[in-house]
Amino acid sequence: MTDAPGQDLDSLYQEIILDHYKNPLHAGLRDPFEAEVHHVNPTCGDEITMRVHLDGGVVGDVSYDALGCSISQASCSVMADLVIGKPVEEAMAIHESFLTLMQGKGQVEPDEDVLEDGIAFAGVAKFPARVKCALLSWMAWKDATTQSQGQTQEATNG
Amino acid sequence: MIEGLLPQLDIVRKDFPILERTLAGGLPLIYLDSANTSQKPQVVIDTMVDHLERHNANISRAMHQLGAESTEAFEAARDKVAAFIGAPSRDEVIFTKNASEALNLVANSLAWATGDLAIGPGDEVLITEMEHHSNIVPWQLLTERKGATLRWFGLTDDGHLDLDGPQGIDELITERTKVVSFTWVSNMLGTINPVAEITRRAHEVGAIVVVDASQSAPQMPTDLAAMDPVERPDIIAFTGHKVVGPTGIGVLWGRGDLLAQLPPFLGGGEMIETVRMERSTYAPIPHRFEAGTPPIVEAVGLGAAVDYLGELGLSAVRDHEHAITAYALDGLATVPGLRVLGPLDAAERGGAISFEVDGVHPHDIAQVLDARGVAVRAGHHCAKPAHARFGVQSSTRMSSYLYTTPAEIDALVEALEYTRSYFKLG
Ligand SMILES: Cc1ncc(COP(=O)(O)O)c(C=O)c1O
Repeated sequence: MTDAPGQDLDSLYQEIILDHYKNPLHAGLRDPFEAEVHHVNPTCGDEITMRVHLDGGVVGDVSYDALGCSISQASCSVMADLVIGKPVEEAMAIHESFLTLMQGKGQVEPDEDVLEDGIAFAGVAKFPARVKCALLSWMAWKDATTQSQGQTQEATNG
Repeated sequence: MIEGLLPQLDIVRKDFPILERTLAGGLPLIYLDSANTSQKPQVVIDTMVDHLERHNANISRAMHQLGAESTEAFEAARDKVAAFIGAPSRDEVIFTKNASEALNLVANSLAWATGDLAIGPGDEVLITEMEHHSNIVPWQLLTERKGATLRWFGLTDDGHLDLDGPQGIDELITERTKVVSFTWVSNMLGTINPVAEITRRAHEVGAIVVVDASQSAPQMPTDLAAMDPVERPDIIAFTGHKVVGPTGIGVLWGRGDLLAQLPPFLGGGEMIETVRMERSTYAPIPHRFEAGTPPIVEAVGLGAAVDYLGELGLSAVRDHEHAITAYALDGLATVPGLRVLGPLDAAERGGAISFEVDGVHPHDIAQVLDARGVAVRAGHHCAKPAHARFGVQSSTRMSSYLYTTPAEIDALVEALEYTRSYFKLG
């Protein structure tokens, strides 16, 4: 038996999540960027527009305009703060680690060294309906980053 | 004491076994998501079990006793549904999988129609901005495929169809209009639309009128035969699971001569008269539109469901919904920062109430309510354009039904207060 929702509200709505929700980091759309993507969660209608700027193999900037619940908004804020300034490869590894946590049905122990504030989402993994909320921005980021890499590649190849 | 509630509500509630269950932590279930799907009375469950236990066989094609019993039960369900909506003829009742399939059946058959019914460039299909996606997308597909034009009624700020504005009924219903399709009651705004008026106007220009009755059939009396033929829609569609019936079964009612003119939708067993390798001829309605083995036990369950509603009386159900909706609107008005989308007068609406609360996203509201045992829906409720019209991306929706009590509304309001305090709002 998994924990039924309702018993565990506080494990879902960690203080860190509510803080990021109230004061999201890196919000807004900025220049420069190589790729802009728009992702939606078709079941609930949450939406995000995200821009990624890569700067010589490093995530130079992640900027976004997002509409959604506390989980999706906070997740976006945490994600942007985690990956900005990191080499793309390391950022992708963080992405992978967050994905594993979210898909772990509450059984995966998060690594604070890698995920920092992202560990606050461990409780979300126990609420299957909310996992998609937490992943929306991360999926958008991966998509935009892959596109940016393609752009940068083309630019170098002339 | 609130006037208009179903008499003996306590006893009625006992008909619905699920209402007795508790949720995690021993919380009682407060089910306010009936516009999404309704709960099922014991008699529906028992009828379906009995059919499977004692009468199961394929229909129409089995020559044995069980086959006869099953066929009889299936066709009896058609009679019950016909009585439920006051269909002028029982053969005009066609079983589908759900309301969506019924609407798609109509739109697809019209796409294949020739002669009078053919739709092409220059023709218009008119819908509204408050439709469920199931009554938008099939018409988009039809008009895109046939090069016709899709138009729609906009909405007023208080959630009614804008029939009197510059883009109102005079402008939009014209000689070019071939089909007018709209919902009787909105699943998001709750609005009850003026079916008779729109239908009359559409018929004046020779358009076919399709009405999505998914939200009206559960909570308002429907008596097609009693309607003036010029004000009677040509087609109505609804879904079994919202009228205390099972999932997997829907209903299309259509004017007999129109249905007989429409080309078939799906081909297969049951819908034919005779098949030769070169060509087939088709069975008369209703079988013409029921290819393959239908959802037999679901139809039988739906028959029991509409009988159950008939016994309670749809006017009594409507009075109950009206009373509960008025009580809920009053209760919701006491929650700070809460805004109801749609009409604020219970007389103008059905029992689905969508709302926003400043500072809390609908998902988060639904999550906290769930933790208190209160089941509501959060999201766009398959009505994205209607949300966009009101500048919101999603909303929270409570929807009552014949088993809803005032105490459950109190619990909702209390849980909303708790939600606000949980998210530290004022
Ligand atoms: C107004 C309206 N139309 C159509 C539908 C579609 O019903 P179904 O999903 O059973 O086809 C619904 C219910 O979701 C509805 O509320």
